[in-house]
Amino acid sequence: MIRIKFQQSLDELKERLLVMAGLVEQAIQRSTEAYSSRDAGLCELVRLSEPAINRMEREIDQLALDLLAMEQPMAVDLRFILAVIRINADLERVGDQAVNIAGRVVDLGTQPHVDLPVDIPRLALLAAAMVRKALQAFIEGDAEMAQAVLLLDDQVDDLNRDAFRSLGNLIKESPDLAPQALNALIISRNLERVGDHATNIAEDVIFWVRGADVRHHSMEAD
Amino acid sequence: MGVDIRVENLNAWYGAVHTLHDVNLRIPANHATALIGPSGCGKSTFVRCLNRMHETNPAARAEGKVMMGDVDIFKDATPVEIRRRVGMVFQRPNPFPTMSIYDNVASGLKLNGFRNKRVLDEVVERSLRQAALWDEVKDDLKKKSGASISGGQQQRLCIARALAVDPEVLLMDEPASALDPVSTAKIEDLIFKLKSQYTIVIVTHNMQQAARVAENTGFFLMGKLVEFAATTKIFTNPSDKRTEDYITGRFG
Repeated sequence: MIRIKFQQSLDELKERLLVMAGLVEQAIQRSTEAYSSRDAGLCELVRLSEPAINRMEREIDQLALDLLAMEQPMAVDLRFILAVIRINADLERVGDQAVNIAGRVVDLGTQPHVDLPVDIPRLALLAAAMVRKALQAFIEGDAEMAQAVLLLDDQVDDLNRDAFRSLGNLIKESPDLAPQALNALIISRNLERVGDHATNIAEDVIFWVRGADVRHHSMEAD
Repeated sequence: MGVDIRVENLNAWYGAVHTLHDVNLRIPANHATALIGPSGCGKSTFVRCLNRMHETNPAARAEGKVMMGDVDIFKDATPVEIRRRVGMVFQRPNPFPTMSIYDNVASGLKLNGFRNKRVLDEVVERSLRQAALWDEVKDDLKKKSGASISGGQQQRLCIARALAVDPEVLLMDEPASALDPVSTAKIEDLIFKLKSQYTIVIVTHNMQQAARVAENTGFFLMGKLVEFAATTKIFTNPSDKRTEDYITGRFG
C-alpha cells in the first residue's frame, strides 16, 4: 500500500506552493528594487501580481482542504498539509507587504528626493534572504536550516528599530521632511513584517519535519 | 467499574509459531484503548490472551503476567471466572440465533444459575439500555429471535449480552468492521458512553475509528508492540518510524 494518488497530490500541493512562493519573492524583490530606483513601473508590476497571488492562495487552500477530507492524512502527512496551509497564508501576507511597499515607493516618487538616514536596501536584503532560506528549508525538509532562519529575525528587528529611531529624530529636527520619513518608516515596518512571516514559515517547517511546535518560544520563556 | 490491566512480558504461541513477543503495557481503567496494526500482527491474539480465550486452542499457549486489577489472570482465577469479568464482542455479530432477544441477553446469567425472573428482567432491561438497543426492541423482547434484527442491532445485542454479566473489561475485536456507517457511529457512541463504567480495549483496522474513540493507542507489528501512547500522539507525531509508515499508508 503506497497510496500513489495521495503522494502525487502531496507533490502537487508542494509544487503549487513553490510557484506561489516564486511570485511572492519576485514581488518583494521588485518592490525593494523600486525603492532604490524610484521605478513606478516596477511598483505597477507588484500591484498587478497581487490578484494572481490571492488566486493561488485560494487554490492551495482548496487542494489542502480536499486532501484533508478525502485522504484523512496522518502523522507526517497531516503535519505537512497543516504546514502548507499556514505557509500559504504567510506567503499571501508577504505579497500584501510587497504591495504596501510599492505603494509607499510610488508616494515617495511624488515627493522631493532626500537622502534618508535609513538603510532600506540592507533591511530588504535581509528580509528577502529570510524568506528564501525558509522556503529552501521547506523544499529540502531541513529543520536545521529552518532553525537558522529564526536567528536572523533579531537582526531585522534591530534594523527596523534603528530606522524608527533615526527617522523619528529626522521628523523632529526637520518636520518638512516628515512625508518622506513616514513613507520610509512604513516601508521599514513592512520589511520587518516580512521577516516575521519568514520566521513563521521556518517554524512551520520545523513543525512538519520534527513534529515540534516552536512558535512563541520566547514568550513562554518570559 | 473498570480495572487497570497490566501486561508484563506476555508471549504467545500457536504451535511452534511465536505470535506475541514480550508485550508490556498498562491499559488504564475506564478508558478506551485501541490496538492497531496490519493483519497477522498479533493484536487479536493479544486481546484473546486477556480473557484467556487464546488457550482454548489446544495448540496455543501463553506465558507472562496479566494483572487485571489485583488479579493475576493466569494464576488467581479460572478461565470461566476471567471471562465473566471480561466481556468480548467480535467482528461478526454472533447472537444465539434460536434464542429470543431476551434470552440472548440473559444467557450468561442463566448459565451462572440465576433464575429470579425479576432480577433477570432488570438486568436485561439495564443491559439493553446500556447498549442503546432497548427502545428499538422492548416490544419484541421475547417474540423476536436474536438473528431476526439488523446487523447493527445484532452487534449491540452482543454488547448487551456481554454487559449483562457485569464485567469490568470489554474487549472488542473489530466490532464495527461489518457494519454500515450509521451502525458504526452508534457503536462508537456506545464506546464513548460505556468507558466511564468499563475498561474498553478495541482492535480495529480503521485508524480513523481508533482516533475517534480511544484515548490511547498501541501499534502492533509482527507480534511486537512497537509503540503505545496517547492517541493524539500516535496519529500526529508517532515516535517510531514503523508506526509512522503504517499509519501514513507507506506499508501494510
